[in-house]
Formats: sequence, C-alpha cells, structure tokens
Amino acid sequence: MKLRPPGEYRAEAARTIRETPGIRDAVTNATDTFNAHRAHAYGEIDSDRWRDWARDVKTHVLTHLDEYLVQAEEQLTANGAKVHWAETASDALAILGDIVQEHGIERTVKAKSMLTEELGVNEHLEGLGVHVRETDLGEYILQLLDEPPSHIVGPSIHRSLEDSQRLFHERFGTPLDSEPDALAAAAREALRADFLAADLGISGGNFLAAETGTIALIENEGNIRLSTSLPRVHVAMVGIEKLVPRLEDLSGFLQLTARAATGQPIGCFVSLIQGPKRDDEVDGPEEVHVILVDNGRTKLLADDTAWEALRCVRCGACLNICPVYRQTGGHPYGWTYSGPIGAILAPGMLGLEESLPLPHASSLCGACVDVCPVRIPIPEILVHWREKAVEAGLTPFVEDIGLKAYTAAAEQPMAFRAAGAMLRHLPLELGGRALPILGGWMQERSAPKPSKKSFMNQWKDGIE
Amino acid sequence: MRVSLFATCLGDQFYADACADAVRLLRHVGVEVDVPDAQTCCGQPAYNAGLRDEALRMVKHTLDAFEGSEYVVLPSGSCAGMMRCFYPELAHDDERAASLAERTYELSQFLVNVAGVEALGSGLGGKRVAYHHSCHALRELGVRDEPIELLAKCGAEVVPWVADEECCGFGGLFSAKLPEVSAAMADRKLDTLPVVDFVTSTDGGCLMQLSGRAEKRRTGPPFRHLASALWEGVRG
Repeated sequence: MKLRPPGEYRAEAARTIRETPGIRDAVTNATDTFNAHRAHAYGEIDSDRWRDWARDVKTHVLTHLDEYLVQAEEQLTANGAKVHWAETASDALAILGDIVQEHGIERTVKAKSMLTEELGVNEHLEGLGVHVRETDLGEYILQLLDEPPSHIVGPSIHRSLEDSQRLFHERFGTPLDSEPDALAAAAREALRADFLAADLGISGGNFLAAETGTIALIENEGNIRLSTSLPRVHVAMVGIEKLVPRLEDLSGFLQLTARAATGQPIGCFVSLIQGPKRDDEVDGPEEVHVILVDNGRTKLLADDTAWEALRCVRCGACLNICPVYRQTGGHPYGWTYSGPIGAILAPGMLGLEESLPLPHASSLCGACVDVCPVRIPIPEILVHWREKAVEAGLTPFVEDIGLKAYTAAAEQPMAFRAAGAMLRHLPLELGGRALPILGGWMQERSAPKPSKKSFMNQWKDGIE
Repeated sequence: MRVSLFATCLGDQFYADACADAVRLLRHVGVEVDVPDAQTCCGQPAYNAGLRDEALRMVKHTLDAFEGSEYVVLPSGSCAGMMRCFYPELAHDDERAASLAERTYELSQFLVNVAGVEALGSGLGGKRVAYHHSCHALRELGVRDEPIELLAKCGAEVVPWVADEECCGFGGLFSAKLPEVSAAMADRKLDTLPVVDFVTSTDGGCLMQLSGRAEKRRTGPPFRHLASALWEGVRG
C-alpha cells in the first residue's frame, strides 16, 4: 500500500472514518493507553523542569549545528566509523547503494527507523535486488501487510490484535485466538533466521552525542541490538537534527523520551554505538557507516518560526493526545510523519504547496503543547504555515474573500449587525448546504440556530 | 467595579440569551455592566486562518471599542484567549494591547477570580451536569476549576466525563474545511457522554458544534451556555 499525498488528506480522512471505523477504535484505544502511561510517567518527575532543560539543550544544538556536526564527524571517524553526508534522499540512497555494492550485500535486517521510511530505503534496496527484513514486531507486521507505518512509535497502531491474529494464522499457522506473546514468539522464530542470514544491519539513531560520536538507540524488543551487532556491516542513517552536545546529555534525553513516548522510565534496551568492533572484541560489526541526512532539515531550520519543530525527538506524544490524529490514525496525512508534528514538519521539509491542507488539519486545541517533551509550540507553527499559505496565495478563493469581507464589515458595527440580522433570517436549514463554508458545516451538523433577538438589540431595549 | 461585556460575534447572533444572562449574573454579584456599541469580532477567525493583516485590523478595532474599560468580560474562553494571549504580540506597537489583555477575562474566570463570588443560589439542585472544557479556556486561560466550582455552588452535580478535556472539533473554520474529521471529534465527545440533564460550556462555538452534531444524530441531551446555566442557578 502506498500513501496518498498530503493533498488528499480530507478525502483520505473521510474515507477512513466512514469505511474503516475499526481504525479509529484501534487508534483511540492504543493512544488512551499511551496517554495514561505518559501522564503517570511525567507525574513521577518534575516534568516541567525536565522539559525546559530538553528544550534548551535542543535549541542550543540547533543554533550551533555546524559546530556539533563537525565535532560528531571527527569523533565518529576517530572511533573507526565511516561518516557520509547526504543532502537529499537520493544522495542518502546512493551512498547506501554504494555500501551494498561494495560489500556484495544480499540480505539486510532493519531496526525500526522513521528516517529510513522518509527516504524510501526499503523500496530502493529491493530495487537493487537486496532482501530487506523489518525486525521490529510492528514494522514486521506492516511489511507482511504491505503497509507504511501510521505512528512514529507504534507503527501498526491502526491494526487490532484480531488483525495480527488473522495475519499470523495465515502466515505461520498460529491459532486464531493466540495471545500477543504467542504471536511475538512466532515472529521471533521467523526473524531469527533473517538475523543470522543478514550481512547488513540498518538502523536510525535517536540521538547522536557530538562529544564522543555516540549514537543512542531506544527500543523494547532487542531487535535493534541484534540488527546493529550481528551483521558484518552496520549502516546508521541519522537526521542532522538528532545531535546532542555531550554524552551525559543522553541520560536526560533517553529518560524523557521514553517517558513521553510510552510512559517507561527508560527503554528496555538502550544501545550506545560508537564504531565497529575493536580488535579485542568478539561481537559487533566489522564496519560501521553513519549517513548524516539533511533532506529538507536545513531548509526548515532557516524558517524563523518553524525551525523549533526540529527539536522533535520523535516520541509520538503529540499524536497520542491529538483529537484529530485519534480519529483516523496516520495514513491520511500522506507522509511518514503524521499528526501535529507531521503537519508542521511537512511544509518546511516537503514544501508548503505539497503539504496543504495539513497545517489546517487542526482545531488549534493546544493539547499537544501540554505533552511535548521539548516544548515545540505546535499551534503557533501551524498558524505560521497558514500565514505563509495566505502570503503565497494558496488559500481557497472563497475563504480568502469571505474573511476579508467579514473583516471589512466588522470594522463597521452598524453594517456588521445589519449583515448578521440578514444572515440570521435566511432559511439556513433549507438552503445552507449550497453555501460555501456553511455547506461544509451542514454536511455533518444541523444548521446553527440564531437567537430570536440579537444581544445588542436586547441590550438596547433593556435587560431585566 | 465596572465590566464592559464583549458579547462576541457568535454570542450576539447565536447565544444572545446567554449574553443577556451574563449581564444579569454580573449585575447580581454587584458589578456595573456596560456594552460598548462599537464591539464586533475579536479577530480570531482571521488570525487562525493565517490572515494576519485582517486580524490586526480587528485587534485595533477592538482596542478602540474597549478604550477606557475597567474590565472586559466575555462569555467565551476562546475569544478571551485570543485577546489575552495574542493581542500583545499582534499589536506589539500599540501599548493598549498588553494593558487590555491583562484586564480581559472569560466570564467564570472573572466571577471567581476577580469578583470573588462565594455563593450564587441553589437553582441547579438535583441536576446532573456535564461540563465541556473549551480548549482555549482550559489551555490558553488556565480556566479549569472555575466553571465547575460555580456550577457546584448552584447545587449541580458535575459528573465525570472521560472526554471532558478533549476538543469538540469546532475549531472555527476547521469545522467547515474538514467537516468529516470535525464531526468524528464531536462523535467521540457524544459517544462518551454520561447520562445528564444538560451539557454546559463557557463557549458558544463548542456548544454549537456539539448540539448541531447531536441534533443531526437525533440523540443527545440539551446543551446550555454556562451563563444561562448559572443564571438558572441564581434564579432557581
């Protein structure tokens, strides 16, 4: 299944709501659990202070990115890793393709990584004839179903337990009423052969400490540990915004990210990777490549308001709390990153025109601000992109003209009230659906009920 | 103590009786009320749509309209949030903006925190009420306990509602631009609603969304603006 582009958001969201209501139930249930766990985990620490700290560290990094990137490259190189720079997705894929060719790679195992989804790594490698196996359980399920992830942390969140039971029954012959543990065991059994046969492991990177050239990876299943240590070559693809200055900064970020994402004090597995295995070590890859990927990030960094979105640590907390995301899950957004964070990243990274109407896919309720571990002002950035769309003349004509006429009228109280009185006496219930804006309202709701007498008239006549 | 009531565009045309009840409530607690004639719209529709220039024009208009007001009170957390949180930045070259922002309150916020209302009446005795938190009252103004406290003072039992702090899906133009998603958000609210005598909120926009959706689905309790609910609490 391929994602439809962001421009199809409304149609895709409507289709999801109407035709696959099970998705809404699965997403609501799963995000309810995430939210309860996050609230509990935030409650155990002085989360306001931690979040201030995390915001400040990330802001510092983003305002000194050039220095920290150079430092990270120097350290990684000194550790024996090979560092590559990729400005675009195709650059990153070309670098990966060269590594594959150089080492004669036939089979690869992948740790869960949203960046590799963003870049289209799987399709590219398969095109080169390389066998690709996703090893995160959720990603594995989606690979078998041929679907993209719909959530940053829980990629198959839109799928119910019954969906997985049916899939595994058909694939592995497990009983239809298998418990989740039994399904995981069946997957582990199948994946073990892929791990042993793979000559390349591909991962992302949650953080990269510049001071020591240390890539940090958070997970709960152990598949990342295996993917990055068992095959003879490891390629880590890391977005340039993933830097933190010092090794000790990881301590705070690893804990805060786990609390925000799943409500855990820390992930079950944390891997810190600095380079290939040393001469006196038994385990580990012979070669480690780190591909530092821009792919629109410096373009976003140049925006004087939206740059703050680059603080994102990909915890998914804003998706879990978002009442818009919760109705449909992530697929209608049409991009790797969905929900509120996707809606503010997309215009900066993909381009504004390509991303509309995502900045409008929000009621500006602000719930995301309450949970973001790095305090990204998401509603402000959404409004910022809407302003940019107006400046670029990308606003629908009726809306633009309507709001300008409304403003002109609202500057003339007499005219404004006369227009209001006139509108109030239109037979909205009969003809409203044919009108712009009101038609959208009335498709799903009864017509607004005007008061019998306006307040200003009541006031003039005297209120008892 | 003198309050200038800002009925808001939606209040004037669609929640006029609630605005009148707000006047009655304010007078009842000993506040003198005026209604500046030049008031129209706070500018939020334009601001949220990205029309910053038009929003700024409405800010200036509203600053003129409420020049000299001691307090400005609105029967809407959303419009009050617009004025308190965004006016100072939008009109940063006009010193009146920050000053007006500080003197602007949502109705229940004013009644509890400024007027210091202790008692209202017992007219809601025996009533089971669900309170919907308007997002902007809750998250921009920090109004969480005030409406519930006032309802309880009138004798109402405010019942727990798992989705009470979730957005109703109104969001101004959002409700018309993405009607299917907006309606699904309202459905989530309605589907989780406990059995109550009525649902109330600080904001006409939320009430219009929830009641409009409930009516379309042909099910649901009455929806009443907080000002009218509280006035019933006083009057009995």
